[in-house]
Amino acid sequence: MTDTPSTGQRAELARPHAAPEKRGTPDDRPGTPAAGPAPRATPPGLAGADALLGTDTTRFRHDYLEVRGLRVEFDGFVAVRDVDLTVTQGDLRFLIGPNGAGKTTLIDAVTGLVRATGSAAFGGSELLGRTTHRIARAGVGRTFQTASVFEELTVLQNLDIAAGARRRPLTLLRRRTTTPPAVEQALETVGLTAQRDLPAGVLAHGQKQWLEIGMLLVQDAHLLLLDEPVAGMTQAEREETGQLLRRIGSQRVVVVVEHDMEFLRSFADSVTVMHQGRVLAEGTVAEVQNDPAVVEVYLGTPAEPAGDVPAGTVPAGTVPADAAPADAAPADAATREGEPR
Amino acid sequence: MTVPTALLRPGRTRTLAAFGLATVLLLLAPAVLSPFRLDLLAKFLCLAMVAVGIGLAWGRGGLLTLGQGVYFGLGGYLMAMHLKLADAGPGGVPDFMLLYGTGQVPGWWEPLRSPVAAIGLILLVPAVVAGLLGWAVFTRRVRGAYFAILSQALAAAFAILLIGQQQTTGGTNGLNGFRAFFGYDLADPANKQMLYLIAAAVLLVMIAVVRGLTASRFGELLVAVRDQEDRVRFLGYDPALVKVVAYVVAAVMAAVGGALFVPVVGIISPADVGVVPSIGFLIGVAIGGRATLLGPVLGSIAVSWAQTSISEQFPSGWIYFQGALFILVVAFLPGGLASVTGLLPRRRSAPAHDDGGTGTEPGTGLAAEGNRA
Ligand SMILES: Nc1ncnc2c1ncn2[C@@H]1O[C@H](COP(=O)(O)OP(=O)(O)OP(=O)(O)O)[C@@H](O)[C@H]1O
Ligand SMILES: [Mg+2]
Repeated sequence: MTDTPSTGQRAELARPHAAPEKRGTPDDRPGTPAAGPAPRATPPGLAGADALLGTDTTRFRHDYLEVRGLRVEFDGFVAVRDVDLTVTQGDLRFLIGPNGAGKTTLIDAVTGLVRATGSAAFGGSELLGRTTHRIARAGVGRTFQTASVFEELTVLQNLDIAAGARRRPLTLLRRRTTTPPAVEQALETVGLTAQRDLPAGVLAHGQKQWLEIGMLLVQDAHLLLLDEPVAGMTQAEREETGQLLRRIGSQRVVVVVEHDMEFLRSFADSVTVMHQGRVLAEGTVAEVQNDPAVVEVYLGTPAEPAGDVPAGTVPAGTVPADAAPADAAPADAATREGEPR
Repeated sequence: MTVPTALLRPGRTRTLAAFGLATVLLLLAPAVLSPFRLDLLAKFLCLAMVAVGIGLAWGRGGLLTLGQGVYFGLGGYLMAMHLKLADAGPGGVPDFMLLYGTGQVPGWWEPLRSPVAAIGLILLVPAVVAGLLGWAVFTRRVRGAYFAILSQALAAAFAILLIGQQQTTGGTNGLNGFRAFFGYDLADPANKQMLYLIAAAVLLVMIAVVRGLTASRFGELLVAVRDQEDRVRFLGYDPALVKVVAYVVAAVMAAVGGALFVPVVGIISPADVGVVPSIGFLIGVAIGGRATLLGPVLGSIAVSWAQTSISEQFPSGWIYFQGALFILVVAFLPGGLASVTGLLPRRRSAPAHDDGGTGTEPGTGLAAEGNRA
């Protein structure tokens, strides 16, 4: 295959999709990732999302994630214990917690990547004990902490594969002649139309994460588990992503793992705080921010080993705005998932 | 106009051009080569069939198929058994069985008396074996070096099994001394030429099949499985199934190569199916460029040709030469000789256009050398 382009070329290729320069005012929805030369009437991103998600809010009303007594053990080390979690459609749920709290492990357990005990059901059917690809077919989609797209394949090919798990063998053995409409809409939604024929490996980090969200959309996942989807994004990109997640959250069950407190305050409907494998608190943003136990964890008491917040840099009584920068994840957490970089 | 077709066009034209050139060269060979050299080329083409399959399974799918000798051998021995039975005539007993065996044809040989059954089994047996083995191995997530070691062990075991069954498989001597191929006298040069043309045509068909698979959605999926197996799983596919398909295709191609090798060369023995030939198949592919379409074929032909000509002069020199070449390629040209084009200065075009056709030029040169030999 072709070699990965040099970094110079990479930066150049990443440029065409520059983020909007000034931040949108609250009523000027900044969901215009694919902004062409001329401004358009409707933000293309969200219009595409509408087409993909549909507007029928009743159809999946009964879809909800229900986790009961979940426990994950690694060679005697209990990474997740006694976790109960219920997330419904229309409730954009954020999952936060210090490094090593077990957030990723929780997602791993629900998606079949690690063995777990207890129960995790989506739409009434049990997920634990099924193989990963069966869980995916049951409508569960996820992203990874480190963007994992198929780097040698183009953006279009990435999305086309994501859209095709239900294709028949004979369709698979043929060449793709037209772009499936869902893929077209996803390209628009995540603002990668101009990059459709670039290898995904040359995309900027934020674009890769958008591509992953696009893949979840065409995959037609009804439960989306996103592990730090805005890590490494600029402020403007975060804003766009947040809008998109809100839009998706109104039609799907969405759980977002995130460290960025400002992002959380802007977009979360509700928050679950995890600490040392347990659920520490749950409620609205305001509720958890004022929860003494949460404040204690985030201020870094002697009992907190992660120590990701230098004590004294934040006013007492509030969760620090940037409790743990997204890229502060320890190296082992990033490499553990066996992904490149 | 859709962008993908526009992008595919240049690569497609180049592939078609390379394909056309290869066809012309292969058709010209009988006119310029002596019968002896033509026979040699036919043998190289049979070995190259194995390489085409490896190019798909290893180059595209990342499966380190280090045991293709097994499938080559299955195809070869099934064909050899049929030819032996046909030579013996209806109800007859192959000569070596009269010599070493009980003088009775074992029951499991009997189905191979029919030419149709023989051809069917040559395709079916390797497909079933590879399908079962691949399924067992890939669903248990055996990958990389472990899969390679397993393949090697299988090739070794297969060769040992053949050696041990002197009465029914010919043992170390293998099966040889075939007189006719589906009724055509193998001593007649015209028939040997026909065999060469069959081998050339089959090889071209195989290249076209791999090209089609690579360009299909399955081909894209295979690359995705190679690079991010877990990600594919989270999209709702079973990667094991994708790998099994690639593995089975490679196995059947190796078997067909083996089946045609038998009438061309006139012998198949455990030495053609064990560990060493299995590695040899892979080396040609690595040297030619495993991820390209024509790289594996041309690499394989070039290595076979070099092996023949070097062994003619320095009987024991080949093994060192092959080892050195392999190390050089792996260390300095991981993409194989096909990637040399990428190193040469050339007119800048859009990056996406460089794909697909990269393997053609230097390899074509090698093929031309092979023809001159
Ligand atoms: N495969 C594994 N084997 C052993 N220990 C593991 C494994 N996966 C995770 N752990 C441990 O489980 C704990 C929870 O890890 P997890 O990755 O779920 O944390 P997290 O909340 O996602 O943290 P971060 O914010 O850094 O991503 C950590 O202590 C981690 O070291
Ligand atoms: Mg994590």
